[in-house]
Amino acid sequence: MPAVSKGDGMRGLAVFISDIRNCKSKEAEIKRINKELANIRSKFKGDKALDGYSKKKYVCKLLFIFLLGHDIDFGHMEAVNLLSSNKYTEKQIGYLFISVLVNSNSELIRLINNAIKNDLASRNPTFMCLALHCIANVGSREMAEAFAGEIPRILVAGDTMDSVKQSAALCLLRLYKTSPDLVLMGEWTSRVVHLLNDQHMGVVTAAISLITCLSQKNPDEFKTCVSLAVSRLSRIVSSASTDLQDYTYYFVPAPWLSCKLLRLLQCYPPPEDGAVKGRLVECLETILNKAQEPPKSKKVQHSNAKNAILFEAISLIIHYDSEPNLLVRACNQLGQFLQHRETNLRYLALESMCTLASSEFSHEAVKTHIETVINALKTERDVSVRQRAADLLYAMCDRSNAKQIVAEMLSYLETADYSIREEMVLKVAILAEKYAVDYSWYVDTILNLIRIAGDYVSEEVWYRVIQIVINRDDVQGYAAKTVFEALQAPACHENMVKVGGYILGEFGNLIAGDPRSSPLVQFNLLHSKFHLCSVPTRALLLSAYIKFINLFPETKATIQEVLRCDSQIRNSDVELQQRAVEYLKLSSIASTDVLATVLEEMPPFPERESSILAKLKKKKGPGAVSVSDLDEGKRDGGGELNGAGERGPESSVVSTPSPSADLLGLRSAPPVGSAAQGAGSLLVDVFSEAGPLAPASGVNDDGFLSSEDSAPPLPESDDPPCGPVPFQSFRFVCKNNGVLFENQLLQIGIKSEYRQNLGRMYLFYGNKTSVQFVNFTSTVSCPGDLQSHILCTPTKPVDPLVEGGAQLQQVLNIECLSDFSDAPLLNIRFRYGGALQNLTLKLPLTINKFFQPTEMGSQDFFQRWKQLSLPQQEAQKIFKANHSMDKEVLKAKLLGLGMALLENVDPNPENFVCAGVVQTKAQQVGCLLRLEPNIQAQMYRLTLRSSKDTVSKRLCDLLAEQF
Amino acid sequence: MQFMLLFSRQGKLRLQKWYVPLSDKEKKKITRELVQTVLARKPKMCSFLEWRDLKIVYKRYASLYFCCAIEDQDNELITLEIIHRYVELLDKYFGSVCELDIIFNFEKAYFILDEFLLGGEAQETSKKNVLKAIEQADLLQENQSEDWGGLAAEEVL
Repeated sequence: MPAVSKGDGMRGLAVFISDIRNCKSKEAEIKRINKELANIRSKFKGDKALDGYSKKKYVCKLLFIFLLGHDIDFGHMEAVNLLSSNKYTEKQIGYLFISVLVNSNSELIRLINNAIKNDLASRNPTFMCLALHCIANVGSREMAEAFAGEIPRILVAGDTMDSVKQSAALCLLRLYKTSPDLVLMGEWTSRVVHLLNDQHMGVVTAAISLITCLSQKNPDEFKTCVSLAVSRLSRIVSSASTDLQDYTYYFVPAPWLSCKLLRLLQCYPPPEDGAVKGRLVECLETILNKAQEPPKSKKVQHSNAKNAILFEAISLIIHYDSEPNLLVRACNQLGQFLQHRETNLRYLALESMCTLASSEFSHEAVKTHIETVINALKTERDVSVRQRAADLLYAMCDRSNAKQIVAEMLSYLETADYSIREEMVLKVAILAEKYAVDYSWYVDTILNLIRIAGDYVSEEVWYRVIQIVINRDDVQGYAAKTVFEALQAPACHENMVKVGGYILGEFGNLIAGDPRSSPLVQFNLLHSKFHLCSVPTRALLLSAYIKFINLFPETKATIQEVLRCDSQIRNSDVELQQRAVEYLKLSSIASTDVLATVLEEMPPFPERESSILAKLKKKKGPGAVSVSDLDEGKRDGGGELNGAGERGPESSVVSTPSPSADLLGLRSAPPVGSAAQGAGSLLVDVFSEAGPLAPASGVNDDGFLSSEDSAPPLPESDDPPCGPVPFQSFRFVCKNNGVLFENQLLQIGIKSEYRQNLGRMYLFYGNKTSVQFVNFTSTVSCPGDLQSHILCTPTKPVDPLVEGGAQLQQVLNIECLSDFSDAPLLNIRFRYGGALQNLTLKLPLTINKFFQPTEMGSQDFFQRWKQLSLPQQEAQKIFKANHSMDKEVLKAKLLGLGMALLENVDPNPENFVCAGVVQTKAQQVGCLLRLEPNIQAQMYRLTLRSSKDTVSKRLCDLLAEQF
Repeated sequence: MQFMLLFSRQGKLRLQKWYVPLSDKEKKKITRELVQTVLARKPKMCSFLEWRDLKIVYKRYASLYFCCAIEDQDNELITLEIIHRYVELLDKYFGSVCELDIIFNFEKAYFILDEFLLGGEAQETSKKNVLKAIEQADLLQENQSEDWGGLAAEEVL
């Protein structure tokens, strides 16, 4: 009994919705829904054919149920049926259902695509728009495959209605985002760019989103859009508020389009053409001027729209970073917003100023607002605004204001929200280190950090303060005195005990002259904290005690007594017990000389990037801090701690941040004696290099100090060259990118791409040290007759000089002439600190890189399989699984191999079969693969058949290592 | 824009529009998390917040929260006005819109949104043009509903 009110009113739907709303409980709701689902199911299954209206109503009910959060697993077919209805409202509901409940059933997709195709061809603009909306909403790869060719045509055709053009532009954008490889603009490029000139503002508004996205990816092809965008912008900016009729929003002409135009321009450098540039600067000035004019309306919509344009203009000014005048004006404008009564504007001004702070033209201007920003940090009621203020203080910090900013951040930390404390701690630690001129200030700051926010001080932070104290002998005495005082507090954070224990163990002697901090007083103070601490801290304290015995022989008896007591020597924790036993023994049998050598002061740590910075970067995502930090580093020259000269720890950003455990610059040392290494990682972390507890491991004069001051040892020998280091061949068979080689000096990264029998390999040589490599050469050679099979030529020789921390790129062009087994060799030579380094690697170039996948059905596959039945055409291996036998992992590997993975071919679903053609210049070699895992036995049988015996054999060898 | 959510003060989701492919599970998780975060904020707080690697822009109209997730380079203020324009469109179409209109005519709310935003970008910002498109469609419906002739017109609610 379907009944309609007016239009498409669906009474049954309204009744159902009211029923749901009247449900008193979740259970009642579920009951009602289940009843409805049963009803709809029976209607859909019933013998009586449903009319279009009923179908629409039920589909709409299903949609409603789904949107309530319930799963829907039927009704798709009925929705698809609605698509081909000639009644608009039925079609519309059908499309809505399809867009919301995207389904990956391939038969359905075929039907949907068919309906869309019909509507696109209908020349009825309303139907076309519906179809385009559906493509844009679903945006699947299948749709891209079906329509990516057709839509550009619709977009640029002369007779397409404006509304259809708008939908087509954004539809194409969505498809480009999902499947950029399928959207080929080529011939349409210029006509699409010229949509910026379209008379219809709506068309321009829609098209510009597409153009912006395409410009980001292919800036050169779309660069003509710059001058068009500038003239369009100029026309809007100079128009009176009524000129654009309905595109004027609360007295602001075309705010959305203006923002998008300014955004598009940010894909490009400043225009080279003087006239275009002049016109653009004029626009930007007008926008800045308008900000000073009295508002045309009191409505917040007016000011939001106006300011949206202003902020986008400021982003563009910052992006250009070349107009000092505009930058300073932008900064002043933002300065006004900092005190605006609208919270939103204060938030955005703080955010935008953060980027301005890193420009050399506006850095000083930003700094003048420091008091306002500090005030914001203290008084803003919204934590997200305070967070922005903290970010800005961090960005505007330099040597002149570091003390003030660090002090403010520290005092803010006392009351800061828990959510941002850890990040604040990292920032304070970084600023304190970067701008420390006197190290006592640095030590004070970090100890304050521990005092105020001890729980949020990560290992990186307290490792770092120790590292710096050890490397700077002018601060050691001060550090010892300060930690000694800090430890006097009745309750102090465990991190403070750690730092205190370490520093007094190393430098307690520097304050021992004062009777108030005599050796025994120091020891008693540390030991008073011992019982409150966790195992790793206790382990650290025990090491400090043995160091005390060396520093102060008069404490020996007391400390030995402590070590000897049951709670130490019989401690249930194996690490503590071991330390107690070994230290006790060491203190009683070693001569003073041996003791002095074993327990000598820590040597300075090698230079490296502050791992605190690495941690902050990780927290904020790559790029979030690095830009301004690099700039800072440049501006300040060599002011950093650690005497790093021109290259401070921040500026030597290398591609591989040191893992946190490595912070103290220690290579992990072998476990000492029989010490249980796993039990107390701290032993290794903190003391391994010095090996203070190594009585049994043959300590000699150069023992633990030996390698510290010289260059790091290298795995490769000097001349004559060593044999090729086998690239771990199995690592690159199924992938094209990664790190090929890495040691302490050099990292070689690789990226490669292949098409048919051609390929290109990008090699990245990264200097991990802070010293330049000279006479750097790289040679590629194809030994034996390999060069008759494969050509591998660098496009040009590499630069002979690799600066510290820098990376060089080299491109190799590759051509596969015929199939091959061996790989080309890459030889690298350079001088590092006078010593010649020589290194030979195999390039990860394997025959499977030239595979073209071949799709085929079961019948085809078996027919070809039988054709390749000569014994020499087949290679087979049976081998034990070395890696995960997980089905998805195997699939991923096989796909990485480059062949097509064929579904539903092998009668046994556990098995995998693949097909592909190896493309060489001389010939094409068809290959078939079958992999049979036996999970129970953890074994595989791998069979390869190809028309060429060497190819079968080589592939079989390569692949056997993969699984 | 990556997605838009409309939810009530009680945390009931009234409309969801996703412009990036996500699994149903992920969508539910995001919705739960965001509804909670936004409802916990006090009235005078700013309309923007950082969430995961996205920027959230939200505004409350009567009992409904309108909440958009945009990307790093997107403009917060203009997004706020996208929300406002959408509210104006709903208001004009339904005639001083309220939450109930959106509950009972959810499909219309989707159709209007699709005319205004497509793939997460503004398709047509002119209020007149969007409403014209919707009204034309309604007109098509009216005409077609005559084909149903004879069916009783019962007004509900």
